[in-house]
Amino acid sequence: MAEALAQEMRRDARVLMFGEGVATKRPELLAEFGADRVRNTPLAEAIIAGTAAGAAATGLRPVVDLLFAPFMTYAMDALVNSAGKLRFVSGGQFSFPLVTIAMSGGGWAVGAQHNHNVEAWFAHSPGLKVAMPSTAADFKGLLAAAIRDDNPVLFFADIGVLMQEGEVPPGEHVVPLGRAAIRRSGTDVTLVAYAKSVQACSQAADTLEAQGISAEVIDLRTIKPLDEMAILASARKTGRVVIVHEASRMCGVGAEIAALVAERAFDALRAPLVRLTGPDAPAAASYPLEQAFAPQPAAIEAAVCTLLRKRPALAGQVLATLDA
Amino acid sequence: MDRIRRYSKPLDSLQSMLLIRAYEERLAALQAAAGLPGTCISVGQEASAVGVVAALNGDDLILTNHRSAGHLLARGADPGRMMAEVMGKRTGYCGGKSGSLHISVKALGVVLTSTIVGGELSLATGVALSQRMLGRSGIVVCFFGDGAACEGIFHESINLASVWKLPILYVCENNQWQAFVHRRETMRTDRIASWAAGYGVEAVTVDGNDVQAVQTATAEATAHVRGTSRPFLLECSTYRLRGHFEPDDQSYVDPAELAAWRTKDPVEHMKARMLQSGELDAQVLAGIETEIERQIDTAVAFAKDSPYPEFDQMTTDVYA
Ligand SMILES: Cc1ncc(C[n+]2csc(CCOP(=O)(O)OP(=O)(O)O)c2C)c(N)n1
Ligand SMILES: [Mg+2]
Repeated sequence: MAEALAQEMRRDARVLMFGEGVATKRPELLAEFGADRVRNTPLAEAIIAGTAAGAAATGLRPVVDLLFAPFMTYAMDALVNSAGKLRFVSGGQFSFPLVTIAMSGGGWAVGAQHNHNVEAWFAHSPGLKVAMPSTAADFKGLLAAAIRDDNPVLFFADIGVLMQEGEVPPGEHVVPLGRAAIRRSGTDVTLVAYAKSVQACSQAADTLEAQGISAEVIDLRTIKPLDEMAILASARKTGRVVIVHEASRMCGVGAEIAALVAERAFDALRAPLVRLTGPDAPAAASYPLEQAFAPQPAAIEAAVCTLLRKRPALAGQVLATLDA
Repeated sequence: MDRIRRYSKPLDSLQSMLLIRAYEERLAALQAAAGLPGTCISVGQEASAVGVVAALNGDDLILTNHRSAGHLLARGADPGRMMAEVMGKRTGYCGGKSGSLHISVKALGVVLTSTIVGGELSLATGVALSQRMLGRSGIVVCFFGDGAACEGIFHESINLASVWKLPILYVCENNQWQAFVHRRETMRTDRIASWAAGYGVEAVTVDGNDVQAVQTATAEATAHVRGTSRPFLLECSTYRLRGHFEPDDQSYVDPAELAAWRTKDPVEHMKARMLQSGELDAQVLAGIETEIERQIDTAVAFAKDSPYPEFDQMTTDVYA
């Protein structure tokens, strides 16, 4: 993220960054770009986001750090009602090239008011884009693309991923928004995921491979725009789809993907769609509970095994009951 | 072509106020008769709109709220395109996508009208930041109501503007009403101006029904903002003579209070002052009023004759 920010601020003098502690925590940006473009703000998420929207509409390209995703509730009005809608209601007179960064999900064991995956709220709001990377390289590349985009982009940094090390491509690196990555190619089942759940899927795919099951892993990278073609192509290829995310199930991103596949690739399905998600509960602070909130590789592996033992056209629940 | 309206003499301000009054009263009448979508009109507050806008420079930017027709017309918006927007027509300023409540006209520097109460306060700081960082000389003028001052965002906005030294003239149009609730039920002070000191911001309250007083106070306030690059709060004390949202029978309004404020009608007040001083004669005034009615007739005809947007407009301009 630091490389993307520096890369884009060097490239475009209109890019600036502000938020609670931004200038304090990013001394290297402050030193290179100065106090006008790297700013601390008062503790006031609503006006941080509102300022970003106003600045974006009138010629700047702000990046704001809202710290933890649950704090975005204070910023909702500016993001949803202003940045997301005012382009439309003005008949296209204004655009809102801004990026919000917020940390999301488990990994820090601080409980539900810091740990909450809220990406679906924003995907449901017109005029916004949502990115949620799963690798260090994509953190750089997607953030750069978000800053270059002429629309408001919500960039969610999964804390679980943030805490890991990974290779970052040197030099200019931009990953286009709206294009999923096939992290692993396979033929028996498609695992669709984003953020930390991509790794869980990849680990499950390793163990499945040992059992002779070939799993394809799709990393969405951006939730909106959603790479529908990549999902549908893989669903058609394997005929089995398991969707995995840490966010709660009800009206989560997985519901959208399941509906998409059911609407547009139903004929290719050989098994019912499966969603593995976090429970409909606030996340506990206790580390083991926090970690268990997100779907684990073993659960993914088990779900796939269940699917593969099924004959087509049989309702999943019937077999699940029989299995039990 | 949109031209920013120029104000060089008192008659210009009176004409502008008469135009706003005629436009809004016609709109209300049309709505009562034909069931058009309701609007928030600003009858009784014309002096505040005109007095402030008349004192601005061409490159200043305006943010406003749901009760914005006065600000827009005072700045030079075409009543025909305004009316068309209210009716949801393609020729409206926002192609019919705004309706009356979020009209913005970039060409006139009227940006980002918000009908989320306080939204304009949320955006003003960013617009002012752009002005400063991109080296533009225009300042930002943000109109908001006494109700909006009760939103948390007002306090975040004025504090940030103070801390970051942003060139914003906050204009609180204190019309005593917050939709259907009187201001005295929602705040312990009579003046919002008194709140500004807590944020290190200077403020003044002016008789918002006296257009010349408002214009003078605005000229001083903008000079302060331009000179110091610091925000300033101007409170225009005024009164909403009609309801919150047309049609509105005002059954909840204290008749004595309403009657008292009617005697301070800003348009009548300015007319009387100019007739009395001899700056204006009754015949000239009658001629002006007839001409404005004709202008409104033309605007209504234009709006009525304009087509609705095509259905494909439902999904355009969502993303850049
Ligand atoms: C966030 C929000 N809350 C409530 C409303 C409904 N509403 C519209 S205008 C209004 C009153 C606003 O009062 P004030 O700010 O004093 O402005 P005025 O209408 O008096 O010009 C209300 C409550 C709204 N549009 N937005
Ligand atoms: Mg009010």
